[in-house]
Amino acid sequence: MVDYLLTEEQQMLKELAHRIAEEKIRPVVKEYDESGEFPWDIMKIIAQSDLFGVYIDEKYGGTGGGVFDLALVTEELSRACGGIAVCFAASALGTYPIILFGNDEQKDKYLPDLAAGKKLAAFAVTEPNAGSDVSAIETRAEKKGDYYVLNGRKQWITNGGEAEVYVVIAVTDKSKGARGASAFIIEKGTPGFEFGKKEDKLGIRASTTRELIFNDCKVSSKNILSRQGMGFIVAMKTFDCSRPGVAAQALGIAQGALELALEYAHQRHQFGKPITGFQGIQFMFADMATELEAARALVYSACRMVDSGAKDVARASAMAKLYASDTAMKVTTNCLQIFGGYGYMKEYPIEKYFRDAKITQIYEGTNQIMREVIAANLIKELSKKK
Amino acid sequence: MKIVVCIKQVPDTTNVKIDPETNTLIREGVESIINPFDMYAIEEGLRIRERAGGGEVTVISMGPPQAESALREAISLGVDRAILISDRKAAGSDTWATGYILSKAIQKISDYDLILCGKQASDGDTAQVGPGISSWLDIPQVTYVKKIEKLEKDRAVVERMTEEGYNVIEIPLPCLLTVVKEINEPRLPSLKGKIKAKKIEIPVWSADDLGLEEKKIGLNGSPTRVVKIFTPPSREKGMILDGPVDESVNKIADILKDVMIG
Repeated sequence: MVDYLLTEEQQMLKELAHRIAEEKIRPVVKEYDESGEFPWDIMKIIAQSDLFGVYIDEKYGGTGGGVFDLALVTEELSRACGGIAVCFAASALGTYPIILFGNDEQKDKYLPDLAAGKKLAAFAVTEPNAGSDVSAIETRAEKKGDYYVLNGRKQWITNGGEAEVYVVIAVTDKSKGARGASAFIIEKGTPGFEFGKKEDKLGIRASTTRELIFNDCKVSSKNILSRQGMGFIVAMKTFDCSRPGVAAQALGIAQGALELALEYAHQRHQFGKPITGFQGIQFMFADMATELEAARALVYSACRMVDSGAKDVARASAMAKLYASDTAMKVTTNCLQIFGGYGYMKEYPIEKYFRDAKITQIYEGTNQIMREVIAANLIKELSKKK
Repeated sequence: MKIVVCIKQVPDTTNVKIDPETNTLIREGVESIINPFDMYAIEEGLRIRERAGGGEVTVISMGPPQAESALREAISLGVDRAILISDRKAAGSDTWATGYILSKAIQKISDYDLILCGKQASDGDTAQVGPGISSWLDIPQVTYVKKIEKLEKDRAVVERMTEEGYNVIEIPLPCLLTVVKEINEPRLPSLKGKIKAKKIEIPVWSADDLGLEEKKIGLNGSPTRVVKIFTPPSREKGMILDGPVDESVNKIADILKDVMIG
């Protein structure tokens, strides 16, 4: 195995997440995948183990790590269930804007409960007509004295309805284009803020994906993150921190599938021997393990780069998300293939990994958008040199 | 409320091998863990502290120096402090001597309301040390506790598991309870607990520190003599009647008649 030189504390949190995954999550994976219920009992166990605070400052009750620590936990949880893992990771996605752009008052108010896992967070950008094109969002926030009035709908919000704290991007000045959006912290229960349709999904079914509805929802100006007009910056900087997390989820899903397939192939006999005895199968495993390790090395490097405080991390972050998620889709497809007919049946656990992997190529920026980010970054660099 | 939990480090297997020459357990190559029944005692201690919103849980263990790792694990679960009682002179102590030594350690702690133990250790299976401690301390005890119904400043009401059901028993404090696995579901460690466990200094109390009488400890101080130790033969398979119900009922009745009367 490749040694990634984790710190003692990182080894501890990885080991802890591994135990939660094996002892608490694995036995209930099928149940949650079928019911689509939110896994509150698992969230409580993760909270009790202090893992919600691994990337949050000690001042707020966390253990002071960063994106890398968050990725290690997400990867381990995803080995058992990519759906349950995303309930955890999506709370970090909703917390990062507060860490990056919150003022002292906002941090004091929200971070301790989020670090303790007493409350979950969510991040709301996507709308029916604004997916990859974030600038097309239509949810409006109109300033009236010392508060804003929000109207509009957000779609496909992970942890929607379950989270207590939402960071919502809304247009405050349409004439200013990309500079015309702002980020707001909105608590569940605020009058005029309601939840709509809950989605029935292909994979990550243990996670809740729901619509947010704002109907003349009054939000205090104190709840604006950074300042008016910074909404897109907040979103982009948040994604720089959260994309390695999605990449880690992809790593975990691929790793979990690979382990299951290897175990299966070793006990599956055809033509009088285990199918791991056939070179065709051996080479599939060798390629999967190598590509997965390459993805892991890239993801971990990107995480370390973000944590080092490096200025321009968009490219590394996008590369990690792109490569790890494409690898996860490839690995889970091949693992299902190794299970043969059994792999196609719901009775066996592998088809779920195949379903769960797909979303990692789509959310937090489709892989097509990731390629655009990477290419734009390359071209920008070239023009700087000239 | 001040709680003392007594734990034992045991080999991580229910299938221990016995050295036929020395009549002792073969421990080489077997990982050590906290006795599974003691995990329920630790968990109950932590829950009592959490419900009360305060108090202190102290974990003690008697054993060789390496038993320290079991105490560090207890710290990672959230107990406040841990003490190791370790002395070469105490090696080979039986349940009588162990009860004596642990009771002296608890006397040294002095300030306690409740002592919790697992119902028995998974290696020795005697279930004697808990009751032994309470006798040495001359405090009341209830064994096989499956639920603490009420816990007040000077009394507790507990459910004691029996083969047919359970007894409800009121007991004055301080007292000792041994618990069964039905009482709770032990938690996993926390990250902060693990970090604390790594750093914390665990005090070691010796026979001298506790003022132990040498004739009451160790192999020589122990009244128990192990004459023979062996793996019992596995039980014969029972008879299964899988015919039609009426037929099976008559057959059982015949068999019972034979056994009871015949």
